Amino acid sequence: MSEMTPDAVRHLAGLARIALSDEEITRLAGELGAIVQAVESVQSVATADVPPTSHPIPLGNVFRDDQVGDTLTTEEALAGAPDHDGSRFRVTAILGEEQ
Amino acid sequence: MSEITALSASALADALAAGELSSVDITSAHLERIESTESTLGSFLARSENALDVATESDARRKAGSALSALDGIPIAIKDVLCTTDMVTTAGSRILEGWTPPYDATVVRKLREAGLVALGKTNMDEFAMGSSTEHSGYHVTRNPWDLSKAPGGSGGGSAAAVAARQAPVAIGSDTGGSIRQPAAFTGTVGVKPTYGGVSRYGVIALASSLDQVGPVSRTVRDSALIHDVIGGHDPHDSTSIPTPWASMTEAADRGSAAADLSGLRVGVVKQLVGEGIQAGVKERFDQALELMAANGAEIVEIDAPHCEYAVAAYYLVLPAEASSNLAKFDSVRFGLRVTPEGSPTVEDVMSATRDQGFGDEVKRRIILGTYALSAGYYDAYYGSAQKVRTLIQRDFAEAFEKVDILVSPSAPTTAFPLGEKLDDPLAMWAGDLTTIPVNLAGIPGMSLPMGLDPDDGLPVGLQLMAPAYEDARLYQAGATLERLFGERDGYLVADRTPEVA
Amino acid sequence: MAKDQLMDVDKALELFEPVLGFEVHVELSTQTKMFSAAPNPAAMDDANVEPNTCITPLCLGLPGSLPVVNTKAVEYSVSLGLALGCQIAPVSRFARKNYFYPDLAKNYQISQYDEPIAFEGSVAVEMDDGTLVNVPIERAHMEEDAGKLTHVGGATGRIQGAEYSLVDYNRAGVPLVEIVTKPIEGMEHRAGELGRAYVSTIRDIVRALGISNARMERGNLRCDANVSLRPRGQAAYGTRTETKNVNSFRSIERAVMYEIRRQAAILAAGGSITQETRHWHEDTGVTSPGRPKSDADDYRYFPEPDLLPVEANADWVQTLKEALPESPVHMRRRLRADWGFSDVDFQAIVNAGLIPEVQATIEAGVEPVAARKWWMGEVSRIANDRSVEPASLVTPQDIKALQSLIDQGTLNDKLAREVLLGMIEGEGTPDEIVAARGLEVVSDDGALMAAIDEALAADPDVLEKIREGKVQAAGAIIGAVMKAMKGQADAARVRELVIERAAAS
Repeated sequence: MSEMTPDAVRHLAGLARIALSDEEITRLAGELGAIVQAVESVQSVATADVPPTSHPIPLGNVFRDDQVGDTLTTEEALAGAPDHDGSRFRVTAILGEEQ
Repeated sequence: MSEITALSASALADALAAGELSSVDITSAHLERIESTESTLGSFLARSENALDVATESDARRKAGSALSALDGIPIAIKDVLCTTDMVTTAGSRILEGWTPPYDATVVRKLREAGLVALGKTNMDEFAMGSSTEHSGYHVTRNPWDLSKAPGGSGGGSAAAVAARQAPVAIGSDTGGSIRQPAAFTGTVGVKPTYGGVSRYGVIALASSLDQVGPVSRTVRDSALIHDVIGGHDPHDSTSIPTPWASMTEAADRGSAAADLSGLRVGVVKQLVGEGIQAGVKERFDQALELMAANGAEIVEIDAPHCEYAVAAYYLVLPAEASSNLAKFDSVRFGLRVTPEGSPTVEDVMSATRDQGFGDEVKRRIILGTYALSAGYYDAYYGSAQKVRTLIQRDFAEAFEKVDILVSPSAPTTAFPLGEKLDDPLAMWAGDLTTIPVNLAGIPGMSLPMGLDPDDGLPVGLQLMAPAYEDARLYQAGATLERLFGERDGYLVADRTPEVA
Repeated sequence: MAKDQLMDVDKALELFEPVLGFEVHVELSTQTKMFSAAPNPAAMDDANVEPNTCITPLCLGLPGSLPVVNTKAVEYSVSLGLALGCQIAPVSRFARKNYFYPDLAKNYQISQYDEPIAFEGSVAVEMDDGTLVNVPIERAHMEEDAGKLTHVGGATGRIQGAEYSLVDYNRAGVPLVEIVTKPIEGMEHRAGELGRAYVSTIRDIVRALGISNARMERGNLRCDANVSLRPRGQAAYGTRTETKNVNSFRSIERAVMYEIRRQAAILAAGGSITQETRHWHEDTGVTSPGRPKSDADDYRYFPEPDLLPVEANADWVQTLKEALPESPVHMRRRLRADWGFSDVDFQAIVNAGLIPEVQATIEAGVEPVAARKWWMGEVSRIANDRSVEPASLVTPQDIKALQSLIDQGTLNDKLAREVLLGMIEGEGTPDEIVAARGLEVVSDDGALMAAIDEALAADPDVLEKIREGKVQAAGAIIGAVMKAMKGQADAARVRELVIERAAAS
């Protein structure tokens, strides 16, 4: 199903936390509609007997020992933060007024 | 000074060893070259402030007899997708404007440990999403062969820098052709190693199962030298291959010294030479095949039917993984924060930041990827694309039973004009059809110049592909071919980059 | 917020059958986190670790950071799966669970989706009356914990009404095993008791394996309780709610019974249950609707491309199986015999969830009777007053130190209880408190005699009465002496001295 309506785009933008403008939503609905139609062709060869590949080079059991490695200091951790109180990262309220 | 920047990294290394040039000489020459050409080309996003200091230290080491490697003192440009503690790292995005990482990518660490001198961070399509570097959040990079043309992407900055002699070598990254296609467009050499051959630790992720870091240079040997420095297992990257690699430089040298291509079975993937290939590109490709055959190679036609679905599969796998990889850019711990008016919740801040910080191509692919993974659509889209990967791997495995390497044009066209493909994402994406199957399968690929298009005079690239783990085959065959092209034409394309004003 | 209607329990169970499900998260006590080499705060004794001090680039989701699996965490997870009677998957994979929240550094959690490390198990749980219930286990899988949010500006630090929030990523990436039961039917009135006993059993299992500190009050062990009701006779399950923030064993029991009563009232009145996550409030004893889930639970799971499959070699699994300690049920039966308590007394310790504490105290050298007396007596009494777990107040070593002072004669029972309170308040070790407060029992007979003489001076007939055989008359003297010495006397010794005095005169 390749129905890429503005509502569908709005829903996806919500999942992806991007505040798209109405203009962006309309434009994307058009672009993505065409794109989805183009990529749908994968379904024709992706039959049930074909296993999916998630890792192109098959490796397994890649582990590390339970030893402490190089850590960041608190300063280093907070260095890139847009807002912090010297010890923790600060964000605006998680819930809005209606919640 | 301009003679210094014309030298390959190999030649520079020889000069350093012989005491004919110092690292300060070499680094200064390149810094000057950057100064005089950057306003025209726009290859760089950030420039090192301590390159000459690093060069000075290199010279001191060499004088004391403790050079770190044969490449100690050679300058290099680094695609801005790799984390560097001493230079701002943006991945070409405004959402990371001004961000300095607290750690170096493993590849960067290895380059530093070998004594190379980082000149700066090169321009790229935002988060490596693009084929022209026009999607950089900062500025456009121009192709030194024709300033009205794109240098290719996403690694146009590294390719242009090397082609225009701002750096002898550079580091790029390749997810669907981002090293190989710019190499083709700028008449340089570029290699995407076997997936897992080079560490992805500290490389800002686009599509985790497709990304690889690789060398950009003007000669095959130079790429081999860099490949040997950056390759190898990294315990910080679970997907990195544990088995040690044989020397690529030795493979290149074997190739250079080989009399010809006798014994080499070369496969031509018919799906990668189909319609849509520019006439001049096809002509040079056919001539390359003739040259190979005339020099002892056996040319075999290969049918890899599932390559027809490669672009479609790629533009499902990549956006899906990217949508997840880019979720971390949310204004909380690093990067841009946009706080809307009123009493915004943290979600409002996240959403406003991502709308303003991401460009159109990134937003397009994130939405597409979110769709491909969403409830009810996974099997039809992402799930199906993962199956196409299996089928393409099988096609290649079958092909490599009959041939040693596969060849194709690196790109269906020569460099296109800036602005031409910006309004049509599908058209831009279609240009990746020859390079994408290589990333989907995880096999290694190289682009090297095979001449100039007779119609527009722009470089044309030849792509070589080898089975997984057989990167050395690319260097060996590539070095022989490079020599044969040079003998045929009387020059190397990479030495003929037009002078940049 | 309007108060919930609650139906009487018996009536509720007459009309409806409760079906339960429990999701327990266990924080593993490996040295480092699940996917990064940062130190693991869940393995630290100190509950107060400075924020953002256990951090590597991956803990913050920094661009370019990559996960690498902690081999010990896998080993612990497999051992736990085996102890739960599960099959261990020959191949299991990690998956990304995608959602946005400020405590989730990458805005996806690396977890396991359709290929968990362990599945299809069963745990024997002992109920209060000693009967065994087999709780079916659906799966146990590996994942990573999220960071900690502190909400500032609202009432009581809750998220509602907060002005802003602070984020500490120390806990981000701590290894977790999530254990999910299959639906549990037929518990009826004992639904809450089962929840309590089940989680207590999980705690005992992980403690016995040595893979987790399993302190509920520290969040090492977390439980979400799922409750649904179906009308008697109906085959299909009802809509279930998931209750979080149940931070103690008794909270689990109370929350489950509350949900049964709340849901019954709604259904009986013709309403329907909203499928939602609810929040348990221990202080008010109610559940309330939790934060609304705006993602509609579309986590867009896909295989984690940065990690490779875990292939559990059969021989290795067998080695771990052979190294499993005895199950809690067997262990309890053995301890009951060793300690010599009556079934009732032993069961009371089990029900209080204090077997590990009593056991550790006895192993430290305290007599079983004394160990039980302290834990089930004074410590539990204080814990109940404060609505905390007894184990959070003192350690077995503390009790050992305290009992030693009694055994030496430095303290009597009454003084020891004062010292215990001092220990709980953080005044120091028992020795330090005794010294600081000057609480030693006076053992100098001379001093005692002086006090006895004073008391006798006020009541001279006592000695005569004792000589006549009315030994209980000594009680008045003992009382007076104890009062004069502020309790710092060994009453038994005082009694001896008084009787000696009576015999000598």
